[in-house]
Amino acid sequence: MSVPKRIYMDNHATTPMDPRVLEAMLPYFRDHFGNAASRNHSFGWEAENAVDRAREQVADVIGGKAKEVIFLSGATESDNLAIKGVVEFYKDKGNHVITAATEHKAVLDTCKALERKKLATVTYLPVDQQGRVSAEQVREAITDKTVLISIMVANNEIGTIQPIAEIGKVAKEKGVLFHTDATQGFGKLPLDVNDLGVDLLSGTGHKIYGPKGCGFLWVRSKGPRVRLTAQMDGGGHERGMRSGTLNIPGIVGLGHAAQIARAEMAAESARTIALRDRLHRLITEELDEVYLNGHPEHRLPGNLNLSFAYIEGESMLMGLNGSAHGDLPAIAVSSGSACTSATLEPSYVLKALGVGDELAHTSIRFGLGRFNTEEEVDYVAERVVSEVKRLRELSPLYEMAKEGIDLKQYFAGAQH
Amino acid sequence: MAEYSPKVIDHYSNPRNVGSFAKDEDNVGTGIVGAPECGDVMKLQLKINDDGIVEDAKFKTFGCGSAIASSSYVTELVKGKSVDEVAAIKNSLIVEELSLPPVKIHCSVLAEDAIKAAVKDWKDRQAAKGEKPQGDPAAA
Repeated sequence: MSVPKRIYMDNHATTPMDPRVLEAMLPYFRDHFGNAASRNHSFGWEAENAVDRAREQVADVIGGKAKEVIFLSGATESDNLAIKGVVEFYKDKGNHVITAATEHKAVLDTCKALERKKLATVTYLPVDQQGRVSAEQVREAITDKTVLISIMVANNEIGTIQPIAEIGKVAKEKGVLFHTDATQGFGKLPLDVNDLGVDLLSGTGHKIYGPKGCGFLWVRSKGPRVRLTAQMDGGGHERGMRSGTLNIPGIVGLGHAAQIARAEMAAESARTIALRDRLHRLITEELDEVYLNGHPEHRLPGNLNLSFAYIEGESMLMGLNGSAHGDLPAIAVSSGSACTSATLEPSYVLKALGVGDELAHTSIRFGLGRFNTEEEVDYVAERVVSEVKRLRELSPLYEMAKEGIDLKQYFAGAQH
Repeated sequence: MAEYSPKVIDHYSNPRNVGSFAKDEDNVGTGIVGAPECGDVMKLQLKINDDGIVEDAKFKTFGCGSAIASSSYVTELVKGKSVDEVAAIKNSLIVEELSLPPVKIHCSVLAEDAIKAAVKDWKDRQAAKGEKPQGDPAAA
């Protein structure tokens, strides 16, 4: 069995850089180091050419136009610009924003900031038990003050894919701008901004085997022409929408990663789904009471979020991540348990599914990616099964459940 | 997330006194504290002899590594002590022994609560036994 000393299965958090992407970036650190805004010499021209090429590479992935792509520092900044930029620019039209309870903090915290400053009122749509919002919910929430809808393509924790095209139809019908945070879907799912009916789309390089620190916002230029108030001032770069010297190596990397993702999407998606399903099968063959979080079909290829009843997530991670069993390969995954968060809050995404906090505390998220192998999957399945069995022997809940005690009833009204 | 102290890792990898006493065992006090919704449930059992000394202890815990370590350590701590001594055990002792960081202190508090709950259970059972005449099967 050949598995590395450290197995990385947390590809929703970030991804290792593809060697091809690194190769493409290197010349732009040392030889072609010019500032793309230097209009008067070849150092600037070659930098500008590289950026133009990257714009095309990114736009091609989503069926948009190259000039509609703005580069910035990541998806977080992109979400901030989309939401704050639209709300500020269109403030005479209204100030209501619609989003969902399971959006990434980059969207939720931005909305909260706008609410705090009394610049917007926000509706946070609840999701169903598999994490989906419906186009109907969006339609019902729209008022004559609504200026923006923001719903993500796919959720980073539970993998659930939202009905973006249906929501896009409603947005078009009602004349409301539609932003989507495509951080997890870009380069992994086929996306076409015109088929989907979106007007703004956010993405980043480091989830598609590109560099960290570089992302983009795609902004529709026609039908309608979307305007934004810049959030970064200072020279008017990126058509006045985001000032600041462009991160050329990062942009080259993002573009190259996007190109690879587009070319290899179908094959890679099939391969990742097969690995994910294999992992799921190997685990559930050996363990009972394992629950899938998120939608079983409308789901990101590499995402497997499982709750293991009666054991807690952090204690499981301790058995996998190299803290204990120091001689065995370390496995990197994550959990929605409160104990794994700095604030002791359980995953708000799992909470939003409305099935109780315990689901969050017992959850493990596996994020499979381009560089995971079947050997790794088999090995991880084995370790997970062994840890769960061990921890269930330690668990009073497992014992009580096996004795037929109704845990909900037993702990009803229990205070911590 | 900071790394764990070696003692926490040791208790996690080699937990002491895991399990449960047989249901018909006499002189056992059981404390179950916490809630699944909170991510922490500890079950602590103390076997206490007629002189009021803790002879044996067993635990089971649903919770993070620090919670498991806290309850495992408690089962070592209580053996040989009197009921009054164990009821007086403070969570700070556990925090110090396991070098628990601030964010994990609540695990030690829960362990202290588990001891008190087990002692209370044992005392309640003793009292119930005391009300029954000799030879009567005691109420469970």
